[in-house]
Amino acid sequence: MEERDVTKEGMSFIREIDEFCGYNRRWLVKLEGEPTDPRYGWLPRERPIGKYIEYGVINLDKPPGPTSHEVVAWVKRMFGVQRAGHGGTLEPHTP
Amino acid sequence: MHSSKEYVCVMQLHRPVSEERLREVLSEFTGRIYQRPPVRSSVKRSLRVKVVHEIELLEYTGRYALLRIASEAGTYMRKLCWDVGLVLGVGAHMRELRRTRTGPFTEDRGLVRLQDVAEALYRFREEGKDDLLRKVVLPGEFSICHLPKVVVRDTAVESLIHGAPLAVPGIVMLHEGIKPGDTVAVLTLKGELVALATAEMSSEQVISERRGIAFRLRRVVMEPGLYPRTWKRREQKA
Repeated sequence: MEERDVTKEGMSFIREIDEFCGYNRRWLVKLEGEPTDPRYGWLPRERPIGKYIEYGVINLDKPPGPTSHEVVAWVKRMFGVQRAGHGGTLEPHTP
Repeated sequence: MHSSKEYVCVMQLHRPVSEERLREVLSEFTGRIYQRPPVRSSVKRSLRVKVVHEIELLEYTGRYALLRIASEAGTYMRKLCWDVGLVLGVGAHMRELRRTRTGPFTEDRGLVRLQDVAEALYRFREEGKDDLLRKVVLPGEFSICHLPKVVVRDTAVESLIHGAPLAVPGIVMLHEGIKPGDTVAVLTLKGELVALATAEMSSEQVISERRGIAFRLRRVVMEPGLYPRTWKRREQKA
């Protein structure tokens, strides 16, 4: 029977986060081979969809016209969530 | 956390100047600049110092300049173009603006439109498939990718969430180059973001020390209850 190596997959994901923005500092390892228990928590991509959305982020190409605040309100309604934020507004009336 | 941004904008000059002169003035606007927010803004209109990391002149036609600008959050491109025009002596204004980067998020990484979001939600709700949704929404961990990271053992997670500082024995691995005062992201071995923290020790110290407080948590992100408690509850006296 195939056993998943969740610890290895966790390491891959962590490296993927670094690669996402080209973060290339070296890692210093203190506890070599420390495992993680698959019974607790989740690999971020495998969170149940509700939690995945709750802790998720969208890189949204905002259409010109509506303000960032309006777009956030729409996204909140679409997802049915209470709270959502945005990463900064753009100047108004930019064509 | 307010992350740095990158923009591409079209600046219209009211009268042409030499490219050399334009480049000269643009370089004066890199580094620390003064800015007062425009009348139409949601922030206090006090004179502030902002840092412009870089300005690149992509194209120049004598009338229009295409600029790529990397700056601190809260720097107004419209005001910058206006002020460049003042210094040049001919006047200028911003015609078009596109933000091309917010912190770690660029245009070529997972950028989606509202239509894509709507379609992904429709597919999930009507067809029960969450595949598009998981493409359109990224795990929040990607938003801290630009921070140095510290990975902790499973046994440390729950106590961190309950307010304990991060001590050396709980640390599995961390990025080199962390200095006291730096903001870091604390992750589980699965890569889940636990909290943001401030360093009390350097990376080298963490590796060489056997004990001591290494990081103080600033903002806990993870919910309690995912990982087991590893400390005794206080005994109730009968």
